[in-house]
Amino acid sequence: MTSPPITAHQTENLIDSSQKFNPTRLVDRIFKVLSLLLALSIGFVLLWITYSLLGIAFPAIAQFNLGFLTSQAWDPVQDLYGALPQIYGTIVSSIIALLFAVPLGVGVAIFLSENFLPQKILTPIAFLVELLAAIPSVVYGMWGIFVFIPFILPVLQFIHQLFGWIPLFSTSPSTRQMFATAMVLAIMILPTIIAISRDTMVSLSPALRQGAYGLGATRWETITRVLVPAGLSGIIGSVMLALGRALGETMAAAMLIGNANRINVSLFAPASTISALIANQFGEASGLQRSALFYQALILMIITLIVNMLAEVIVSRFQQVE
Amino acid sequence: MTNPSIETNHTSPIHGDVVIRTENVSIYYGSFQAVRNVFLDIPKNRVVAFIGPSGCGKSTLLRCYNRLNDLIPGARVEGKITYQGVDLYDPKVDPVEVRRRIGMVFQRPNPFPKSIYENIAFGARVNGFKGDLDELVERSLRGAALWDEVKDKLKESGLSLSGGQQQRLCIARAIAIEPEVILMDEPCSALDPISTLRVEDLINELKQQFTIIIVTHNMQQASRVADYTAFFNAEAGETGSRFGYLVEYAPTEQIFNAPQQQATQDYVSGRFG
Ligand SMILES: Nc1ncnc2c1ncn2[C@@H]1O[C@H](COP(=O)(O)OP(=O)(O)OP(=O)(O)O)[C@@H](O)[C@H]1O
Ligand SMILES: [Mg+2]
Repeated sequence: MTSPPITAHQTENLIDSSQKFNPTRLVDRIFKVLSLLLALSIGFVLLWITYSLLGIAFPAIAQFNLGFLTSQAWDPVQDLYGALPQIYGTIVSSIIALLFAVPLGVGVAIFLSENFLPQKILTPIAFLVELLAAIPSVVYGMWGIFVFIPFILPVLQFIHQLFGWIPLFSTSPSTRQMFATAMVLAIMILPTIIAISRDTMVSLSPALRQGAYGLGATRWETITRVLVPAGLSGIIGSVMLALGRALGETMAAAMLIGNANRINVSLFAPASTISALIANQFGEASGLQRSALFYQALILMIITLIVNMLAEVIVSRFQQVE
Repeated sequence: MTNPSIETNHTSPIHGDVVIRTENVSIYYGSFQAVRNVFLDIPKNRVVAFIGPSGCGKSTLLRCYNRLNDLIPGARVEGKITYQGVDLYDPKVDPVEVRRRIGMVFQRPNPFPKSIYENIAFGARVNGFKGDLDELVERSLRGAALWDEVKDKLKESGLSLSGGQQQRLCIARAIAIEPEVILMDEPCSALDPISTLRVEDLINELKQQFTIIIVTHNMQQASRVADYTAFFNAEAGETGSRFGYLVEYAPTEQIFNAPQQQATQDYVSGRFG
């Protein structure tokens, strides 16, 4: 079959149709403009926030400069402020939370993705995990105060008695403290790690699994040597996202950590985090104190930004090579 | 040999050593019977081709030989498959051990997202290989006719190779664990004609050392590489669901030139369906 030659008339039609009124094309164009506007507005909001943070923080920045980062002072009477205890508390509580949440979360994710259990049991478990993410953080805080800390305190007491000679466990466990807060944070970030890691593992091609089993790998070898490396970028992504949440978590930390404006080597002593400090003091702060709080907020933003950038770098590196 | 009446119904065309014996095997996915009553002996150091229309259970049967069907929930085997006299589905048999002796190459190349070197070394590592890994990697890649193309980039990802190279990498990976049998499920279906010919050459060489079962939809390929050919067909059963069964198993020449069954004749001459 030969196709009929294209006549001039037909080509004209081709050109015409693009200039004629066409509702689909119009919707298409409106959609394009709309999404551009939305994208721009997000960027604008981000700039706006940064700009106003900088503006209000400026008096504190001018007064304390970078010395703010290394000072332990927080004295509204003499108007002397520093952020070191909060930076320390924010980072240390997040790291401890990760130490608990990463092994547990990745383990659960693998368990949920590898049909160790029949689907009938897996689906409700996965659903429960996602419910865990839906609990408001103030509820975690109340639960921490009334249930979790009283529950965990005897265990910490025991650790203190056994390992009190290690500086990290050297004080008698307080009812408001870094370590227990970090454990609650760990529970809060678990669903993030589990859900994203599990999605990553589930989306891995079944051909990989078959390939590994087909070469005589055991299930353990298949998981640890093939599936986890193959899903590593997703797993790292989930950890970084969880870290971001732990760093910024406000309510639970403010309720549980004890808000002590000093660094104590012992994890069982009260401590402070940036967001907890802000939440606690913002109401009655004014003048230089408020400015210093904004300076703290700026620092938190920068820490989170660094974590996110690191995540991007790590994820893209793993996607390239491994 | 246990049942004389079966012997007479299913005379084996094989001369010489039999590596795998398939005795009255039926395979189910849940309640669905995918393969019915297959008798099939695989001779040592020969190439056997499985041909037949789509859905007749060739892959299903193949996956039973290295117990890869264990991974599919609901899959079940009836009858008896023996490998060198050992019942593969004996509860005492370790499927991991089976797969170390009966390797597999899949329809789509599925290299691991690791370096070329690690792709080959993986099987050796999980099998507790104690010798010289570098030497093994080189030997396997040479065996799969891939060495010259990749010898300068062993550290690069296996996924950076072309599809044909990836498939040869998967073959290299399979021969690196030094199995006795290699199962190949349509190994050339994703390859261009030139890569296909190279893989076929490879199969002809590999049969000095290995026993090979290859599933293919390509008649020429079956006639080029296989010593024996098994033709499977699918038929609607009593309940209306289609099951696969073995129609005819004979030396390849006979299947293509003088088949005993009309269905085989129709299929190999392209007058099917
Ligand atoms: N994992 C599975 N679960 C349920 N049924 C399956 C599964 N795999 C295959 N089947 C069914 O078993 C039958 C045989 O499938 P199989 O893949 O073995 O056919 P095949 O001969 O390899 O076909 P093709 O030539 O298209 O690869 C088909 O009806 C298929 O639907
Ligand atoms: Mg198939």
